Amino acid sequence: MTPKDPGLKIDRRKFLAGAAVAGAATTVMPHAEAAPSQPAARPSALPPSARMVAAETGTPEMPKNKQGKPGSDFMVDVIKTLDIKYLPCNAASSFRALHESLIDYGGDKTPQFMTCLHEESAVGMAHGYFKASGKPLMTLVHGTVGLQHASMAIYNAWCDRVPVIVVGGNDLDAAYRPPGVPTFHSAQDINALVRDFTKWDDTPVSPQHFAQSFVRMYRTAMTPPYGPVMMSLDAGLQQEPVHEMGEKLYIPRYVPNSAPAGDMGAVKEAARMLANAERPVIVVDRAARTQKGVDLLVELAELLQAPVVDQQGRMNFPKTHYLNRPANVISTADVIIGMELSDFWGVVNGYVDNGDHGIGFNESKIKSGTKLISINSVELITKANYQDFQRFQVVDVSMPADAEATLPALIEALKVAIPNDRKAAIAKRGETIRKASAEGRDNVRKAAAIAWDASPISTARLTMEIFNAIKNEDWSLVASEGNVSNWPNRLWPMDKHYQWLGRSGGYGVGYGAPASVGAALANRDLGRFSVSIQSDGDLMYAPGVLWTAAKYKIPLLAVMHNNRGYHQEVMHIQRLANFRDRVVNKASDLSPIGTAIEGPDIEYHKLAESMGWWAKGPIKDPAQLGAAIKEAVAVVKSGQPALINVWTQPR
Amino acid sequence: MSSMRVYFSSAVVAASLIFGAGAAFAASAEKGKAAFVSNGCWQCHGFDGQGSAITSNGKVLAPDPMPYETFEAFVRGTNRAMPPYREAILSKVDLEDIYAYLQSIPAGKSFKDIPMLSQHE
Repeated sequence: MTPKDPGLKIDRRKFLAGAAVAGAATTVMPHAEAAPSQPAARPSALPPSARMVAAETGTPEMPKNKQGKPGSDFMVDVIKTLDIKYLPCNAASSFRALHESLIDYGGDKTPQFMTCLHEESAVGMAHGYFKASGKPLMTLVHGTVGLQHASMAIYNAWCDRVPVIVVGGNDLDAAYRPPGVPTFHSAQDINALVRDFTKWDDTPVSPQHFAQSFVRMYRTAMTPPYGPVMMSLDAGLQQEPVHEMGEKLYIPRYVPNSAPAGDMGAVKEAARMLANAERPVIVVDRAARTQKGVDLLVELAELLQAPVVDQQGRMNFPKTHYLNRPANVISTADVIIGMELSDFWGVVNGYVDNGDHGIGFNESKIKSGTKLISINSVELITKANYQDFQRFQVVDVSMPADAEATLPALIEALKVAIPNDRKAAIAKRGETIRKASAEGRDNVRKAAAIAWDASPISTARLTMEIFNAIKNEDWSLVASEGNVSNWPNRLWPMDKHYQWLGRSGGYGVGYGAPASVGAALANRDLGRFSVSIQSDGDLMYAPGVLWTAAKYKIPLLAVMHNNRGYHQEVMHIQRLANFRDRVVNKASDLSPIGTAIEGPDIEYHKLAESMGWWAKGPIKDPAQLGAAIKEAVAVVKSGQPALINVWTQPR
Repeated sequence: MSSMRVYFSSAVVAASLIFGAGAAFAASAEKGKAAFVSNGCWQCHGFDGQGSAITSNGKVLAPDPMPYETFEAFVRGTNRAMPPYREAILSKVDLEDIYAYLQSIPAGKSFKDIPMLSQHE
């Protein structure tokens, strides 16, 4: 950045009038002195004065200790207006000024600094926190390397449409920044690293610019579709005293944007199609942002007596409702409305990773002529590079709009559009679905009973033993990573929005542990009981977040789905070996080389214990599982995190 | 791997079994269990053949496996989600043993006899 106050140029670095620069300067000066004498000639420009020569080639003058309010104190004033409760963060020098202001000037409140041992953990915590609370957190990351650590978690947040406010410290001024390590950690444009998967970014060059951009980035992140935002914050700007340049600094007031609702013409057309459909189906992924969204979806589904396929990006629709149905109901649909789907193509088409040559092929899952309606706010923020927008699906009505904000108008339009003479048929449709729902529920329980007493423990047994221990709590399943055959969503009576927070979004492994801790932090303050189904591979990406949970007394029950491998990859390698008629090489493991996490088996319970958790395991006998979880629940209710290491079946 | 096998719960019966419509041949459920693991069948179907809504589309191999002829034809020639196991990588004897293992897996409890499931709405 270029300070507007010329006096600041020298004052930028109080500690770093470095010897390294002085050394460079002494090697330059003698050349000027040794230049051969030349006849006097008319110069094309005035020669530099001695002062200019010194400024350009000499050692920067040691700055005086300037008085005044540090810029970073003003930044804390700005941050505090947005009521950000926590700041999970891995400390770094490029934001030392803001760090110091937050904990000393700001009193370490709103936000409270929370020590993280990895930037990915910090962003993952913010991700989980938002989904449990509806409130965003901010984090600070070190210019280049810290942001590189954070980037996968930012991508997950982007794909999951979750706001995270990321501020990266960066030393922009090459003449005055510390040489050596801090310069390795600086870049012209750190935001470029994550620009493809953030909603907005900026690099403020003055305190007032910071104030405007910070409020803007908060508002942008919190406007549906939500998403992460990024600010590169110059280290010098943080450290300099505030100079008001004749105008008093101000903090812009935050006024939230309204969510973008669908065009009324498109809403009415969608209502007409749904009202006249014989077999309408509602498919939802991240449609319900709040409990209000869940309630609106119930109203829509009951009005139509239409089955709802919940793809579980969020807890969109109560699992206890008879209209909650499995995905195969779309095969008979004549109209499908998809709301906030991450992949509409994948809803109506299948991809089989096989075929005669093992190359894979596509196939339709729906009847010819089925009409498709889409309400999807992500259309408003589609970018080019990363392919999270999935394959292109032609639809008959497309509303680039927020589903939850559009639902009230759609419901009202539907009430008008349903002809009186169709109401009996619609009610009859509901009765048919109610019977199918009861049968389906029994079939799920029959499937869960198979291998009930198996060891390693079946994922159905794992799921129900957990539920049996927490069913009387105000529970929240904050994450379920590693794939337990979707049993919680099939068996647990979820009807509240916070009872299932969805998955990572971008399927970047390593989300589950930090997101669980972040969500448990939010749930702690809201009086809820947090439980996660924690997979082995996911935990080992950045297990240090366990320490953060213990440090800040974040109560979380983590029950491990420890199948001792990267199981998705286990199956991929087996698949490829089969296609090629080769016996897969497993060396001494149970799974193909490169996919097993065994020999030695990781003692996750000891890992957790070492970081301050109550822990138990490994549990391999299903008969011992219930008692262990019960013990752990008591620990969590006392305000501590607890982990049970359970050896499970693969899926 | 060896520690894993200790925990298999199903009774394994080494026996001569009769498959299919009158076709008689010897097969070992014990060897079949080992082959079920070493050939990676467990990866999608679970160690007890219980299947998964995610990895086997809900298909359950045991108890009550499908007729052997259907089983063999599917394993050898599938071109759907499951990759084929041709004879180059899975011998006929091993496949028969695997089938014997699947047949040996006893039926578990009914969900109606499991309070966590039967009392769960």
